[in-house]
Amino acid sequence: MTQKYENPVVELLFQLADDDYLFSYRGSEWLGLAPHIEEDVAFSSITQDTMGHATVYYRLLEGLGLGVADTLAHMRPATERKNSILVERPNGEGVYMETPRYDWAYAVARSYIYTTAKKIKIDSLKSSSDQSLAEAAVKISMELYYHLLHWKTWFVQLFNSTEDARNRMTKALEKVIADCGDLFSYGDAATEITNASLIESEQVLLNRWTEYVKPVFETIKVAVPTFGKPERNGRNGEHTKELQDAINTMSEVYRTDLTAAW
Amino acid sequence: MTADVLLEKDLQAQFEERIARGDKIEADDWMPEEYRLALIKLISMHGISEIMGALPEKEWVPKAPTLYRKLGIMAKVQDEMGHGQLLLRVAEDLIKPLGKNREDLMQDLFAGRLKFHNVFHMATKSWGDAGLIGWLVDGAAIITQTNMLNASYAPYARALQRICAEEVFHAQHGEAIILALAEGTPEQKEMVQDALNRWWEALLFFFGPPSSDTTGSTKQDITIKYKIRINTNEELRQGFLSKYVPRIKSIGLTIPDPTLRFDEETEKWIYQQPNWENFKKIQRNEGPKSQERLKLRRTSYDDNAWVREALSARIG
Repeated sequence: MTQKYENPVVELLFQLADDDYLFSYRGSEWLGLAPHIEEDVAFSSITQDTMGHATVYYRLLEGLGLGVADTLAHMRPATERKNSILVERPNGEGVYMETPRYDWAYAVARSYIYTTAKKIKIDSLKSSSDQSLAEAAVKISMELYYHLLHWKTWFVQLFNSTEDARNRMTKALEKVIADCGDLFSYGDAATEITNASLIESEQVLLNRWTEYVKPVFETIKVAVPTFGKPERNGRNGEHTKELQDAINTMSEVYRTDLTAAW
Repeated sequence: MTADVLLEKDLQAQFEERIARGDKIEADDWMPEEYRLALIKLISMHGISEIMGALPEKEWVPKAPTLYRKLGIMAKVQDEMGHGQLLLRVAEDLIKPLGKNREDLMQDLFAGRLKFHNVFHMATKSWGDAGLIGWLVDGAAIITQTNMLNASYAPYARALQRICAEEVFHAQHGEAIILALAEGTPEQKEMVQDALNRWWEALLFFFGPPSSDTTGSTKQDITIKYKIRINTNEELRQGFLSKYVPRIKSIGLTIPDPTLRFDEETEKWIYQQPNWENFKKIQRNEGPKSQERLKLRRTSYDDNAWVREALSARIG
């Protein structure tokens, strides 16, 4: 690639913002449909926190002159999105406006893997050379602590429960891991991002993640998975069809009048 | 007369005395069957309605037009689920002596024995509806629920304290959405007016029939007798009209009832009666979205059966 990334902080912010934005969207589709009411309350709280995190990043981008945060969140087409493939995958069959058949095992496996990866990144961002990014990371990590606790509890409990639950979790985890190729990737902007000391390198974070989740995987008697090479790299704007569908839903009202105040 | 019957009569008399002097009843206190059943009906319906109410609103959560509105409506719907949880816990204590639990309440809902509030059987067609629900439906809920803040059943009264406090935020959240639209483009104004036109009948239904003559049944008499609530359905509806008609008009909206007026002599609002046949249909789960919402709830409940099983399994 010959493309130069003159402002690597912008590249990184888009990756972080789009990740949380899509992850939160998938969470909000679950609203009202979680396995029990207590979980609905907890899950929607996490979803809300996560949309808050995305908002922090989009506002930092707005501060850097990239455009209005709402426009960045709603109007960029899939080809300009920098989120990982994992967060754009649907929750299961069907669409949320009808009668979807969502898979709770997939929700737990995806949320656990995504949240642990997010923790490793946020910890590294705390010592970012970019002051506002470092400050955002400190704030986000306070909420992230509870998200981690929550998903770890589900992850371990379902793996170590009935045979049926373990089978479902095993399948769901395989599906999640197959999409993790770009989770720690910074795409084509990797060199610029790490050279600018915005965050540590992909490999350092990946190794740290492996160490971090090891005790949990020992508890469930599963080997810590390794991520393959990505088929598509979301960090470079390569996405599935589901991403554009998600963006269309999220921007349905906003798009009706871009100049209106909502 | 046997000793048991005598004892029962004494207990009933003592209980009525407690109610009369404004005592609060706790979950483990003796209570007449009639009182327990009225509470179960009221509180389980209230709890399940909060949960069913998340379904029409959630349709607009991902579609909320700005990041700020997304965060607002997410918090709002989460609160509603929280209220459902709080209320079902209260209901669970009441049904426990009858050998029932939350699973039974869900099955009652699916079988149509447990109703959810008439307002949540309606379609939400636009972002204007999402705002209107927050502003006027939650506004109506505040009126019925503050009427029970001093309910004789203490666990319910305590839950309502917290719920009402949060509902006030919801009404403000809804009002903010509506004001932005009402002060916006012609299309946005039209969106709110259209929502009001479609929701007006549902808002009148909200408080229930004026008397059992209207629809054949109402549980208001017994709840007033036992000091669970203070006012009648019609008194609450009048209170709603007094509070909201001026506000609705002040933001330039037209109420779809040309006969609506305040009669100075009787100090009452005169309004076009809604079609109570539609209300009865909703009560039979034959409202515009009744079956769809029940299907969604039932499908997700069935699809997640394996999770509940896994959580209750004893391993090792």
